[in-house]
Amino acid sequence: MSENDLYIEGAPIRDEKAPEGPINERWDKRRFSAKLVNPANRRKLSVIIVGTGLAGAAAAATMGEAGYNVTSFCYQDSPRRAHSIAAQGGINAAKNYRNDGDSIHRLFYDTVKGGDFRSRESNVYRLAQTSVEIIDQCVAQGVPFAREYGGLLDNRSFGGVQVSRTFYARGQTGQQLLIGAYQALERQIAAGSVQMNTRHEMLELIISEGKARGVIVRDMLTGEIETHFADAVVLATGGYGNVFFLSTNAMGSNVTATWRAHRKGAHFANPCYTQIHPTCIPVSGDYQSKLTLMSESLRNDGRIWVPKEHGDKRDPREIPEDERDYYLERKYPAFGNLVPRDIASRAAKNVCDEGRGVGSSGLGVYLDFADAIGRMGRDAVEAKYGNLFDMYQRITGENPYEVPMRIYPAVHYTMGGLWVDYDLQSSIPGLFVTGEANFSDHGANRLGASALMQGLADGYFVLPNTINDYLASGPFEKIDESHPDAQAAKEEVTSRIDKLLSIQGSRTVDSFHKELGHIMWEYCGMERTEEGLRKAIELIRDLRNEFWRDVKVLGTNDELNQALEKAGRVVDFLELGELMCIDALHRRESCGGHFRAESQTEDGEALRHDDEFAYVAAWEFGGDDSKPVLHKENLEYEYVEMKQRSYK
Amino acid sequence: MDVGLNSNLKWQAVANSTLTKKRSTAYGSTVALKSAMAVTGAVLVLYLIAHMYGNLKVFSGQEAFDGYAHGLRELGYPLLPEEGFLWVFRLVLLASVLIHIYSAAVLTIRARKARTQRYVVTKRVQRTYSSYTMRWGGVLIALFVVFHILHLTVNAIAPGGASDSPYERLVNGFQPEFWYVTLFYVAAVIAVGFHLRHGIWSGMATLGLNKASRQGKINAAAVGIALIVTVGFLLPPLAVTFGLVG
Amino acid sequence: MNITLRVWRQKGRDDEGRMVTYKLTDVSADMSFLEMLDVLNEKLTLEGEEPVAFDHDCREGICGACGVVIDGEAHGPERTTTCQLHMRSFNDGDTITVEPWRASAFPVVKDLVVDRGAFDRIIQAGGYISAPTGTAPDAHANPIPKPDADRAFDAATCIGCGACVAACPNASSMLFTAAKVTHLGMLPQGQPERAARVVQMVNQQDEEDFGGCTNIGECAAVCPKGIPLDTISQLNTDLLGSLSKGVG
Repeated sequence: MSENDLYIEGAPIRDEKAPEGPINERWDKRRFSAKLVNPANRRKLSVIIVGTGLAGAAAAATMGEAGYNVTSFCYQDSPRRAHSIAAQGGINAAKNYRNDGDSIHRLFYDTVKGGDFRSRESNVYRLAQTSVEIIDQCVAQGVPFAREYGGLLDNRSFGGVQVSRTFYARGQTGQQLLIGAYQALERQIAAGSVQMNTRHEMLELIISEGKARGVIVRDMLTGEIETHFADAVVLATGGYGNVFFLSTNAMGSNVTATWRAHRKGAHFANPCYTQIHPTCIPVSGDYQSKLTLMSESLRNDGRIWVPKEHGDKRDPREIPEDERDYYLERKYPAFGNLVPRDIASRAAKNVCDEGRGVGSSGLGVYLDFADAIGRMGRDAVEAKYGNLFDMYQRITGENPYEVPMRIYPAVHYTMGGLWVDYDLQSSIPGLFVTGEANFSDHGANRLGASALMQGLADGYFVLPNTINDYLASGPFEKIDESHPDAQAAKEEVTSRIDKLLSIQGSRTVDSFHKELGHIMWEYCGMERTEEGLRKAIELIRDLRNEFWRDVKVLGTNDELNQALEKAGRVVDFLELGELMCIDALHRRESCGGHFRAESQTEDGEALRHDDEFAYVAAWEFGGDDSKPVLHKENLEYEYVEMKQRSYK
Repeated sequence: MDVGLNSNLKWQAVANSTLTKKRSTAYGSTVALKSAMAVTGAVLVLYLIAHMYGNLKVFSGQEAFDGYAHGLRELGYPLLPEEGFLWVFRLVLLASVLIHIYSAAVLTIRARKARTQRYVVTKRVQRTYSSYTMRWGGVLIALFVVFHILHLTVNAIAPGGASDSPYERLVNGFQPEFWYVTLFYVAAVIAVGFHLRHGIWSGMATLGLNKASRQGKINAAAVGIALIVTVGFLLPPLAVTFGLVG
Repeated sequence: MNITLRVWRQKGRDDEGRMVTYKLTDVSADMSFLEMLDVLNEKLTLEGEEPVAFDHDCREGICGACGVVIDGEAHGPERTTTCQLHMRSFNDGDTITVEPWRASAFPVVKDLVVDRGAFDRIIQAGGYISAPTGTAPDAHANPIPKPDADRAFDAATCIGCGACVAACPNASSMLFTAAKVTHLGMLPQGQPERAARVVQMVNQQDEEDFGGCTNIGECAAVCPKGIPLDTISQLNTDLLGSLSKGVG
């Protein structure tokens, strides 16, 4: 064990559940070795599932159907509104319907490589295997994937891979998949096997005798603090991109459920791995509440450029060709505008930092379709991108057929999350974590169209098979509200709420959240440095103190109180932000979505240090006044050779 | 597999019983009531067209008009007793009217119940004037029908003098000095026109005939039939009032 | 720009509710309507008045959480969701009236927030295809003609926002229900449950106290996703078919 000024290094950990042997047999092996629960015994076992996105709704529907007693929670007014709904692009599956050389092994390989060799081979292989079943399942539910004239499913190539394995439903794939899972869930609710609680937010985890046994939730309509018990708890609560305030996440997306579990002992893995998406609509003012993503497919035909001159404020149409810098085409002649997300994002940041950014804020680059319109004709461009152009015009008020679009990177997805083993069980027995909320499958960078795949794989196929192994030793001893562990958890929640309502300071919750977002974006965003991260940690600590001194939350707890909800979430973001910075600081290499300025090649590309950092950083909560404890899980690669990525 | 399927069916049964406790049948559903309105409405529209055709015989003179009216009484004779067909016909019409009104009343009450708190500001995006006036227009038409039967069928109300000749009843009733009768009649017929304009469109949609590709045609048919019926019913009384007939 | 807002304030379900007027200065034309409400709420909070409660989440027009009636129109003057409506659709000096969806089936919870649980219950009644996890045949086992798949998709784009109910003079949920009946009814997988589905869903929407459809078309005219009006005709056909087969 070693200690420095920011964290303590604890004992290494390993994934005890992943089977050994040939990689393509491991999932079968685990399903065979995992204990089963007799169908007649399932109704005696209860499971709490928090969140109703792809991972949560799919798990609740499947577990309910299997006969378990499921209680589900979501903060939205309906499970159908979870943010999985906003995913546009598609979902990958190794169906090889195109006969273009795809296979489970290729999807596995692409995902490990795309994750910059920071994910587990066993998990990723299982993900690729399961991908095939997901498409079958969704089609059977009535998900209207795009089809060809022959009536068969259409596929496209996505995110720079060389095979066409992405299934899609126009630009609304996430919506259609979620509605499928939602309908399956509603069917179980009607059947009485799932008890649904909408507008309920989980605020604390109940642990008793070392096992996760329940949750404390707040009924957001009445303010009632409720206690719910079960034999196992599943968190499917999504990512934490909103720590940046501005992101493509929904306004309500938050880290509270996973952060509260972390504070109770669940390891938080790789918190610094954030994906920043290059094609978002730039910020237009201080009032901005969220950022809108436009499909990456725009980079297939649009050309990205900035003026060569600093501070060139001319109308872009008046800037002659030789005074424009098509910087991606210049720096990456092989891939040009189609370089991976992290590279495109960082390149945009760099030109803006040089003072060549466009738009009133100077934080934007042009995505120009003039050439495409000249080459293909306006009608063809409209047929291909019409809906995206309309969306752009609705938001910005500018016509992208006439004036080049302005784009800028925005936080989009978080690869980090609660540490889980092969069974998706966290470091707390009985606490399982699925979907974006766990850290498991994407390593340091997620490939396009893989988030939906992972959420559904976890929800429909992985968790329902692995959780049996834990539940087979249940039902556990009954506990009720009078149990000291339950009372202590409830007390934590009520005192936190009372405190938030009693401060009555002078600043709104949003003003703190925005300030935190600025700090995170500036110092823990696309490019991170030791100096910046240290500064950020100081700033976040100060801000957290100021928050607890000066926040202003009106109203009471006994009503729908949206400011109180937000305040509770910001409390947790303020703590998470610091851990993200510490994680980013300790990882003195660049990999995937994490770029340390100190670790780059001569050409300014990300430079990994596999000898030192080929591990998962799993953080244990050390206490409010103590340092976090780092546990390393070593990563080994037997099937994919570790290489440095190159897109020149 | 078998187990899964069975438990599945069982759950579906549970779903039904827990979710639909009050009304166990769809026969009384809003959609079924609308269908009843559509079918009875169709009967009434067909009747109106036949009625209009008869009315226009007034332009062929008294003999043709009275002969036609008499012929209706004889229809089906001697197979049926005299006026037998007419009474069957009247019963069908009466039943249609009652079902139409009953359904409309139930649906109106449900619609009122469906929004007890009104908007402070409302703006119509799509509504046509005719759809806006369906309910009150319907009440006006019902009142008019009562008057109309008392006036020209039973002849209990006879502004210009009673007569056994339908032709004379018509001519007497719409003389220029009874301009207010004509005016009421005109107003009612225009209300019928509006009622048909939306009613025909709505009935076709309710019976499942509305397809995006057909919407233009259905709307054109609704406007066309409404116009023909309106003009067809307005011509005879106006012709009398302005001295062209009689 | 400067605007005057008339906003419906209602403390809770049983409260009377009333319109309250607020003035906002320096509103940017590039703000979304909800960002304008954010600005109002920041201002109210600092002045010590409770902020206006409104539902919202994704703010990119897909989750269906947001929705208010603006100057008498569901989602306001543009055919989109409230979150995608921008202040450039208004003029300097405008007075803008903001109300919640009004329908007995959508009781007001607070201010502009309503309870749309009735929609979930309509789906529970039959808005699904029974396909237990793991039982599915290969996705290509059942080719679907593209026109059918496209029509299913058009209907499936419904986001469940409730604008159709809000705009309907009868507060009818027919467009919502019809969209689901059409989506699932166009697909071969949806056929086994087709006859029962429509009956159960129609019964449930009556149960929830939605009004009946009078084919006026306000619903489709305000629908941010352009759900076609003729889906209602398809529901009617399906229901009459079910009733004639004795599935009632």
